[in-house]
Parts: sequence; C-alpha cells; structure tokens
Amino acid sequence: MRIIVCIKQVPDTEELAKIKINPATNTLIREGVPSIINPFDENAVEEALRLREKKGGEVTVLSMGPPQAEEALRKTLAMGVDRAILLSDKAFAGADTLATSYTLAIAIKKTGKFDLILCGKQSIEGDTAQVGPGIAEWLNIPQLTYIRKLEVNDNKVRAERVLEDSFEVVETSLPCLVTVTKDINEPRYPSLRGLIKAKKEEIPIWGCHNLSVERKRVGADGSPTQVIKIFTPQPPGKGEILSGEISEVADRLIGEIKKRKIV
Amino acid sequence: MDFTLNDDQKMILELVDEVSEKEFAPRADEISAKGEFPAENIKKLVELDLFGITIPEEYGGLGMDYLTWTLVSERISRACTTTGLIFGTNLLCTYPLLQFGNEEQKKKYLPPLAKGETLGAFALTEPEAGSDAGNVQTTAIKEKDSYVLDGTKIFITNGEVAGTYIIIANMDRARGPRGLTAFIVEKGNPGFSFGQHFDKMGLSALPNVELIFDNCRIPSENLLHKEKRGFRVAMRTFAAGRIGVGIGALGVAEAAFEKAKEYSKERVQFGRSISSFQAIQHILADMATGIETAKYLLYRAAWLLDQNEPFEKISSMGKLYASEVAMKVATKAVQVFGGYGYTKDYPVERYMREAKLFEIIEGTSEIQRGVIANFILKE
Repeated sequence: MRIIVCIKQVPDTEELAKIKINPATNTLIREGVPSIINPFDENAVEEALRLREKKGGEVTVLSMGPPQAEEALRKTLAMGVDRAILLSDKAFAGADTLATSYTLAIAIKKTGKFDLILCGKQSIEGDTAQVGPGIAEWLNIPQLTYIRKLEVNDNKVRAERVLEDSFEVVETSLPCLVTVTKDINEPRYPSLRGLIKAKKEEIPIWGCHNLSVERKRVGADGSPTQVIKIFTPQPPGKGEILSGEISEVADRLIGEIKKRKIV
Repeated sequence: MDFTLNDDQKMILELVDEVSEKEFAPRADEISAKGEFPAENIKKLVELDLFGITIPEEYGGLGMDYLTWTLVSERISRACTTTGLIFGTNLLCTYPLLQFGNEEQKKKYLPPLAKGETLGAFALTEPEAGSDAGNVQTTAIKEKDSYVLDGTKIFITNGEVAGTYIIIANMDRARGPRGLTAFIVEKGNPGFSFGQHFDKMGLSALPNVELIFDNCRIPSENLLHKEKRGFRVAMRTFAAGRIGVGIGALGVAEAAFEKAKEYSKERVQFGRSISSFQAIQHILADMATGIETAKYLLYRAAWLLDQNEPFEKISSMGKLYASEVAMKVATKAVQVFGGYGYTKDYPVERYMREAKLFEIIEGTSEIQRGVIANFILKE
C-alpha cells in the first residue's frame, strides 16, 4: 500500500506569547518562534505508519513550506516514514489554500501511483480545513474528512466521521483522501535509532523547476484569497437559558426574538 | 574534560526531555501512591530505544557512551525516580555482561536487553551479606556440566520483572570473597522463584524482591567470567552502578530543588514572596550549589569510564556526594514548603522519602567513605 501524508510546520501554540503578526503583510512572523508539526498532521503520520505495519507498503510525507520546514519532515523520518519531500520555492510564497492544495496535488502525482492520502483535519493556525479537501478535488478522488477511526480492507475504506455531537460511518474505495482528528490515535515518539538514521537522510527539495506546475496557479499569483486583516475576535457573549413552564418560556422567547428584530 | 554536548546528544536529550515532561512527570505521584510497576513508562523507554544506549551495535544496541547514558538517566530520574531506577538497574546486568561475558553470552543475552524486550537485574545482597559483600551464603556447586544454586537474595531491584539476572553465589564459603562466583540466570529456570516483595518507606512502585534458589540447576556455560572471580565482577559492577545510582539521586535533588524554587516565588508571607527573604535564598543557593557539584563528579566518573580510565574512586565520590545532596535538598525542600511540604498534596515529602534510599543502596555512605579512603591512602 502506498500512502502519502501531507504535513504542515506550524508555530508552537504553547509558545503563543511569542507569536506576532506582521501588520504590513498580515502573515505570521516565524522568526524566534519554535515550530512543531501541526498536531493533527502528526496523527495522520501515525495512522499511515500503523497502516503500513498492518498492510506493508511505504509512506511518503510531503510538506510545502520554507526551507526550515525540513525539520518537521525530518521528525517524520525519525518516526519511521520511508521518504520525505519538501516543496519549497520562492514562487510558492503567499499561497492560499487553493494554491497550496494545487501544488501539493501536482507533487503527489509526481511521486507516482498512490492508494491513500492522509492529512490532518486542519492546521492549528490557519484552521481552514481546506487544503486536504482541495487536494482531493485537484486529484479528482473521493474524500473523507474529520475521521476518528479508519479501516482499510482490500479496496474498501470504512471510517467514522465526527459530526458536531455524533458521528457517521462512511465508506468509499481507494484511492481516496482522508483527513483525521486527534482521537484517531496517539502519535508515537521517534526512537533514538530513528533520530540518528533520519539525521543522515537526504530530503529532496522540489520547486517550480522540477514540478510541472502552471506558474499562475502557485504562490500569491495562484491565490484568489487575500488576508485583509488578522485579529482576535471578541468572544461571543454568554447565552441566556430560559427555564420554567413551556408556554411561559415560549412567550418570553418570542418576545426576545421580536425585541431583537431577529425575524 | 569537556562536557559540551554534541549534536547527537542534544537531539537525544531533547527527545528524552519531551517524553519525561509529558509522560513521566505527570504520573510520578500516582505511580508512587499506587505502588504499581510503571509498565507504561518502561514501554516508552523501549520504544525510544533507550535501553540500548551503551550496548555496541553488534549486540543490537546504539553503541553510545556512558556519559550520554548518564545524561539520559538524569532526565528520566528527575521526572520519575522509580522509572529512573528501573532504567539504571538494567546497567547492572548489561555492564558485567559486556565486561566479563564471553562472545556467546554477549550474543545471547545482550540483544534482548538492548531492545528492552527483557529487563536485567543484579543480585548479591542477602540477609547476612550487605555491606559485608563477601559473606554471601548462597552456594553454587559444580556438578558435571552444570552448577546448582541454593540460597536467598533480598531487596533485588527489578526482581520478578527482569528476565536476565546476574547472581553472585559462593563456591567456597570458608574463603569468603574469594569463593564468590557470578552466574547468569534466566527467569523461569527451574528452582528459581520469587518470594517477598519488600514494603518500603518510599519508591513503593520499584520492585525490590526476594529471589529464591532451591536446587536451581543452570548450565555451566552460564558461568560469568571465572569460578571464584565473582568478587571482582561484583565490585566492577558496583563501581559502574554507582554512577547510575548517583544520577538517580541527582534527579531527585533537581526535582526537589525546582519545586522549592517555584514555590518560594509563589508563596506570600508578610506581604511578599518568601523567595525575597535571605533565609530562603540561602537555602536555595546551597541546594543549587550541591546539585551543580554532584553533577560534575558524576559526569566525570562517566567520562572516565568512557575513556577506559580508572573511574571507581570518582564514581564512589559521586554516589556518596549526590545521595547526601539529595537527602539535604529534599529535606530542605520540605522546609521551604512548610506545613504544606509535610502533606501528601505536594511531592516534596515523596522526594524526601525517596532520597533516603540513595544513601543506602549500592553501598551505604559509610561504605563509600571506606572505598574512597582505600583509594586515596594507596595513592
């Protein structure tokens, strides 16, 4: 089984105080902030490794990012993945989720035939949850998102998909893309042997010159989304809970709705 | 001597720190209160390959030095004393195998120990043989192509959980230390069983178990080193083991110091934090100085061991000093916490109970002073 995992290097939110935003570009200032693998992506790596342990095959990890994202990829090598590739090019800078998923999709095609693509459900800083589904769209394969349990049997994929207050069981066939939640597994730590091996390994860097990308679809040029402003939203006010006799509560509710001109 | 960490050491310690802080430290109180063997922690150590650090690659290990092992052990012990001691005790089995084992023995016993598939233990102590290590009553009698062991060992760390045991028995009780002989005994060997689990002041989750040998027949190839040369095996093993025990004590001292320091900054009396009082500052300064001093003695002992130079005197000094620092620091940490320190709501009373062990095991403080005096008077 050939599995692809897409990961993102993100600032360590435990070091939140150190994270600053450049007001001119509306992007994160990464200097001086420790980086980690996006936690959900670590779950995706773990799931890939467990599937490989059961079914055999190989796991390839891709990440698009600045050269220092190599560090995140190296950690996945230490965890035990077979191959890691960094997509890095000045032309990729400023990519939104559309351009990012496009670039990743082209790179995935270049790695050859695949059975399964795993991603974290979303990144912990951008929080869009769009890149995984975007890749599936570009590759025209089925996608299962927010998965907390995954079973692969022959060509069939059966999974538990998390909804707001319940879950649904969904099925599709390979090849497909799956995005995972934290509940799916507990990611392993790298071993000492893994760390030492990973240290010596070459991580190829793919850029515009060795990916058959259309230049107008990558980076800022390929990004219809522009960030106008980044700010911390006001937390929503406390809700009011009405209690008492049903008819009385209903009257008060209608009163409130009228007063606030909701309808 | 240069203790600047190289890139590999930094990388390893970063990982060990992460695991120790996230996995071991939060469970240390619970493990100690329940008194259950911390199997989950040991599983983590196995997954991380930590048991193989000092074992050469040809025997399934990572072939790294004892200084790296010491630094790793310090971090584990700081987070969880029990886990640190289980980890450290393994060395008492792998070290004599490496030093005195023949090729067949190394090939057979080291790979599973390096991978953590099996734990190791070492047993000399008996009811009548503690500080007087030569007074071992357990007998070994040669019968054709096997040896028959009879007797009882007590307080054996990792007893019952370990799979491979180095056992010191006596082939000539009249000659005391000169009759001692070392053997490799596997768990499950007929005639080898486990007795009492000792209920202790602290470290209740650390297995300290009675080993019973009743007509226990082992093949002659399980003789470690030579007949009646077991005293040397034991002394060399203790010398190396003292680095491990010393580093365990250092871990307790570091943990107690950190807790006392943090608490002194938060605790307000007379309208200001108690860390602003000179009385507390002097306690903290003494703690930090003791810890720093003990640390370099132990690092130096490990470094000497790595250079194949005599390390026995320094390891005794390190063990003696670190264990006494640990006791002082833990006692003072309780003092800094005041009444709260005496309660089980804070871990410092646990550190105080744990610290006491280190002044006793692997040669009491009194024995260490004797060992050190022997060295310096001969120099």
